[in-house]
This record gives sequence, C-alpha cells and structure tokens, in this order.
Amino acid sequence: MRCTLPALILLLGACLLPAPAQAAPVRIGSKQFTESVILGELALAGAREAGVAAVHRRELGGTSILWRALLEGEIDAYPEYTGTLTQELLKGMPADADIATLRARLQPLGIGITDSLGFSDTYAIGMRDDVAARLGIKDISDLLQHPELRFGFSNEFMDRGDGWPGLRRRYGLPQTNVSGLDHTLSYRAVASGAVDAIDLYSTDAEIPYYHLRTLRDDRRYFPRYEAVYLYRLVLDRSAPAFVGVLHKLTGSIDEEAMRAMNARVKLRGIKENVVAADFLGIHADGHDGGLWPHLLQRSAEHVKLVAISLGLAMLLAIPLGILAARLRRLGQWVIGLTGVLQTVPSLAMFVFMIPLLGIGTWPAIAALFLYSLLPIVRNTHAGLVGIAPELRESAAALGLPPGVRLRRVELPLAMRSILAGIKTAAVINVGTATLAALIGAGGYGQPILTGIRLDDVGLILQGAIPAAVLALLVQGLFELIERWLTPRGLRLEARQ
Amino acid sequence: MPTAEFSGGIAFALEQAGKRYGKVRALEQVSLTFAAGTTTALIGSSGSGKSTVLRLLLGLEWPDHGHVEVDGQPLQRSDVLPLRRRVGYVIQEGGLFPHLTALGNLALLPRHLGWNRERIRQRAEQLAALTHLPVGVLERYPAELSGGQRQRVALMRALMADPDALLLDEPLGALDPVVRHELQDELKQIFDQLGKTVIVVTHDLAEAAWFAERLVLLRQGAVLQDGTFRDLRDRPADAFVSRFVAAQRRLPEAL
Repeated sequence: MRCTLPALILLLGACLLPAPAQAAPVRIGSKQFTESVILGELALAGAREAGVAAVHRRELGGTSILWRALLEGEIDAYPEYTGTLTQELLKGMPADADIATLRARLQPLGIGITDSLGFSDTYAIGMRDDVAARLGIKDISDLLQHPELRFGFSNEFMDRGDGWPGLRRRYGLPQTNVSGLDHTLSYRAVASGAVDAIDLYSTDAEIPYYHLRTLRDDRRYFPRYEAVYLYRLVLDRSAPAFVGVLHKLTGSIDEEAMRAMNARVKLRGIKENVVAADFLGIHADGHDGGLWPHLLQRSAEHVKLVAISLGLAMLLAIPLGILAARLRRLGQWVIGLTGVLQTVPSLAMFVFMIPLLGIGTWPAIAALFLYSLLPIVRNTHAGLVGIAPELRESAAALGLPPGVRLRRVELPLAMRSILAGIKTAAVINVGTATLAALIGAGGYGQPILTGIRLDDVGLILQGAIPAAVLALLVQGLFELIERWLTPRGLRLEARQ
Repeated sequence: MPTAEFSGGIAFALEQAGKRYGKVRALEQVSLTFAAGTTTALIGSSGSGKSTVLRLLLGLEWPDHGHVEVDGQPLQRSDVLPLRRRVGYVIQEGGLFPHLTALGNLALLPRHLGWNRERIRQRAEQLAALTHLPVGVLERYPAELSGGQRQRVALMRALMADPDALLLDEPLGALDPVVRHELQDELKQIFDQLGKTVIVVTHDLAEAAWFAERLVLLRQGAVLQDGTFRDLRDRPADAFVSRFVAAQRRLPEAL
C-alpha cells in the first residue's frame, strides 16, 4: 500500500524522455493554412534535393507563434508575407516598405529575408458572385450602400491593425453585423449564405470553386503581401546550402501557380509534399505511411504528452496539497494560484510557453502540467482536510510522529479523493493535449488541425475518435487503479 | 522527562491550567492531581471541560496559562511523543482507522516501534483474551465490527505497548445498555488487574462510581467537587452537585 502511489507516479513519469539531439537538421516552420504548409514543403523538398538535412514543423498555429519561434531560434525558417511584417511584426514601418528596407530592419534581429517568391497573397474581401451581381457591388466602396450586409471575418483579420478596424476606417463602412469565423470555415459560411462577405486571400483555391467575386480595393487599403521566406542569419554560416535553396525559389511562383497548388491540395486532396515535389519537378520524398502507422505515432505522442505532464504534476501537486492542508493560510494561496492557472485559456497557455521553452513537446508538457495541478492539489487538500477530526487525533494520541501519521493514516484515508483528482486531471489533459499540435507537439491534434484546414471530416475524425477513446481508456484505467488502491475497509465503510 | 521505571503508572497534575477555544472557556484555573496507579472518574455534563483535561494531559492541547505536570515535571512539547506512547487513549466510538483491519489498527504503533509480526500477534491474542474478543475478529475491518467489538479493539489498541496510564473519554458512550453494562464489568476488572493510572471521563454518575473511588465533578470549566460518591451524595458542594446526583438517581436501580 505504502509504495503503490510513488510507483504509479514513476510509471507515468518514466515514459520516454527526449531522444538525444543528432546533427541538428534545419527546422522549417509553417502556419496553419495550406499555402504556408505548401511553401514549407517546397523549402523542405528543395533542401533534400540539395542534400541538406531538414525537418518541417507544419501547422504551428498563427503568425505570432512562428515569429516568436524564429526569434527564439526554435525554428530556422518559415514563409511569411511582407505586409504581415510591416503591419504586424515590425512596429513603425510604412505599409509600402520594400524588401530592401525590411532586410535592413530585420538584420539586427538576426533574421534574413529572401526576395519575393513571385506572388502577392493579399487580403481581399469576397462575396458570392451572384449576390454581388444582384446588388451591383464591384468595389469595396460599393459596400457603403448596403449597411445590412453580414460580414464573417477570420479572428486574425478582426483584430490586426491591417485588418477589419483599419478597413472600416478607411472606407467608413457602416456594417455592424460582423462575426468572427475560422478562415477555413468562412467559405462554407459565405457559400451557404450564412454571411454575405468574408475576408480571403487572393491566392485561395476556393475563389473559383465557390464562385466568389473579390471586390476591388479601390482606395488601396490593403498593403502588398509579397510571399518571402524569413530565416535566421546564422544559417548563412551553418547551412549556406539551405539559404541557397530559399533564394533559388524566389521569383519562381506566380499567383496562378500558387492558386493551382493550393487547389490541388485543398480541393483534390493531394498531399502538400507531392504538390511541392511536382512543382520542383522531383520525386516526392517520404511516403504516406497509411492510417495505422500514423495512428500509432500520434497515439505515442499523445500518451507521452499526457503521461509525462500528469506524472510531473503529481510529483508537485500532491506535496502541495499536503502542505495546503497543513498550513491553512498558505493553502488558500496555493489553491487560489493553481485556480488562476486554470483560467488561462488553453491556447494562450500554449503560446505563453514558447518564449520560455520554445516549441514542440516540452512546452506542451509544461502547459498541460500547469493545467493538471489544480484538480490534484484541490483533491489532495480536500481529502486530507475531510478526515474526521477524531481519526486524526487518534493517530496523534497513539504517539506516532507526523510523517508516519501522514503515510499510514492520513494519505490512505484521503486516497480516494486524491485519485479522483488525478483522474480528472488526466481526462482533461487528454482533451487539452489536442491543442498541443498548434505548437508542434503532434498528437491527435495534428489530424484535427489538418482536417479543419482541408475541410476534411475524415481527417478530423482520425484525431477526434482516438482522443475520445483514449479519454475513456484513461477513465477506465483510473477506475481500476482506484479499486486496487482504495483500502478494502474504506469500501466496506462506504457501503454501510 | 525522566525515564525511570514507574511500577504504579504515571502521576499527572494540572497546575492552574486554563484553556479557551475562541470565546468559549473550556477550562479555567483548574488544579488537579492524579496519583500514580489510581483510578479517577471525571464527570459533568457536556461542555464542562472534562474532555479538555484529558487532551491537556496528552499534549493534544496546550493550556493558555498554567501548566501540565507529568511525574512531577512540567510537560514540554518535545516530550509528547514519548509520553503518548506511555499512555493509552480511548475515545467514544473507538476512533478506529477504517482503512485498516482490527489487527492493522493494533499494529500501527508497535510496527513503528520495531516489533516483529510474531510479537504483535502474540500481544494481540493476549489482549483479546483480556477483553474477551474472539481472535477471528482481528482480521475484520472496523465496518464489520459491532459497537462493543469496536470498543474492545480500541481498548486493545490503547493497551498494545503496555502503557503506564489509560485515559478514556466516554469509552462506552455510544453503546447500547446491555453491551455497555457488560463492558463496564470488564473494564473495571481490567483496571483493577493492571494497576495503571486510569482517568475515565463520563457523564454517567453511576458508571463513574462503578469505576472509581474518586470522582471529580466539573461544571463550566471548573472543579465543583472532588471526592467519593458518598461525599457528592451526602455533602454536595453546592446546589448543582445535588441536582446532578438527583438526576442520576432516577436510574431504575437507584429507586
């Protein structure tokens, strides 16, 4: 009985420590939308062709995650757009700054920038062609005549300086029915008539597919969004061949070519690596392993995230709970503080980890670890505080020292409550860990992210179903552990 | 604390001891001595401070003023663990740990003291004989025991390490009359047989008089009268003592 809890902690914690780093490959990042992933795959395929070891950390959430990861040296390169640099990432830049100006500005940050890849993927406002024709809308200014129109904008567009707030000011747009949508869902929303206008990118594959009309930016509001690669300048020395690959891609992709590549991936379901290889005229490297190997790998990643974070959380949270039960004043603080952690939105929590721990498995584990603390601390505390005073006193009156009382009497009596806390933390962790894919930790979140991006329900289910099954398994496992660890006498007592 | 042998148990004393819980005065300026090897019953209604006396003697509580003496020495915080091991303590309903079998409850302190399994079992069987508990009952959990069995196991747990004193706080309070009567007989026998310092807390005057020659009647944290049952009955210190004695006389056997 006395050694089972530590054993359980070890069992959970001992899972898979990180493999030692080999000769570091170049790490390419991409954002969580198809074009970015394709550009990432292009850089990857080019690198392999040039004999440079490289990995692609795909779909790493939004701009801020990639930019911070690049600055922190967590990734070495990623595709970006000049407009995003001038409007969002670099403060006080004119919207029309050219690439030479940007290069000078980025250099002190240790960041290099290539020339334009050959296309501009600018923001545009799109409407269904038939609706726009009926209302006689061609330019963005024409929207002024139709204040009743409903807009559905991506969350990023809603918030950023070069997005909706600025657009509304520039044109004096009167519309008030504006809702936030995931960009990948907004096409379906506009096509079904749920909203009348959406933000889109000028190279989006869906524009012809959904018969959309892009409205002319007659007051030249949207800045140019030339596609470029950003990379860490240390690569000039450590991987000059890779920098060469990036520069060789400049000027080679026009808007048409990009839209075609986007369409092949998004509308025809061809893998990004194949599309990229076709564009470069080489054979696609790396083969699709099929469903089962993928599932196995994701399961391993997911279980690792949950097990390590939970194991570490138990190591800290159980002692914290014991401490909180011993020292009432401190206990209030400890429980309050872990409660505050719980209120941090999970996506924000993952992003906060990047400057501290970079991207990948460990920051995800850190975030999940923090989330696991509260249920375990609170239940440990509640279990110990809930012990009948006469039992606690009987143990004291026997002449047992406090440590022995804790081990032999108090912890066994609080065991059920503690285990319930661990179970809660574990089940929550299984769900929250699906978000870890956003910062490159893999797991069941990866197919969900890709599935949302490609509007592929099958792919989403490949992540969602195993995650649900895992949650049930964890629940069942803990019920077994509970039965095994709960002293028989307590079960008898509960039955009375 | 001196570690000399005390054939006749431990001598306890309270010197001007007072204790408050928030605004409630549990005990004020109480001085009492309990000679080694004697049996004393503390009586009074609930809230009179009689349980607080036991808790002070065990170092489960500390007096706000005054002090506790054990064998003539003031009790220090560093003394409480060795003291508690020399004192058996039994509370109402036993205070048995529900996650351990009866034997597990008995073994808790002896195991910590380094006794081996065989010695623990032998001692448990010896005490089972003393308290008339069938040995098979030792394998059961508290939830599987009757009230009387639980109280017997609690008494055995208190006696495991052969303490020099026994402090019992309403040990029979939660039992039905028949079992209670039976256990009163047994306890009395055990007290006489062992010759330890015994302090029993009860609100039942007849039970107190059955166990002990000396009765101490407390009310609102103060000692009202300290004497024999006869003293209380024939020379009550005040009207309350009379009322307390009178209330008890309504028992059938007193009519």
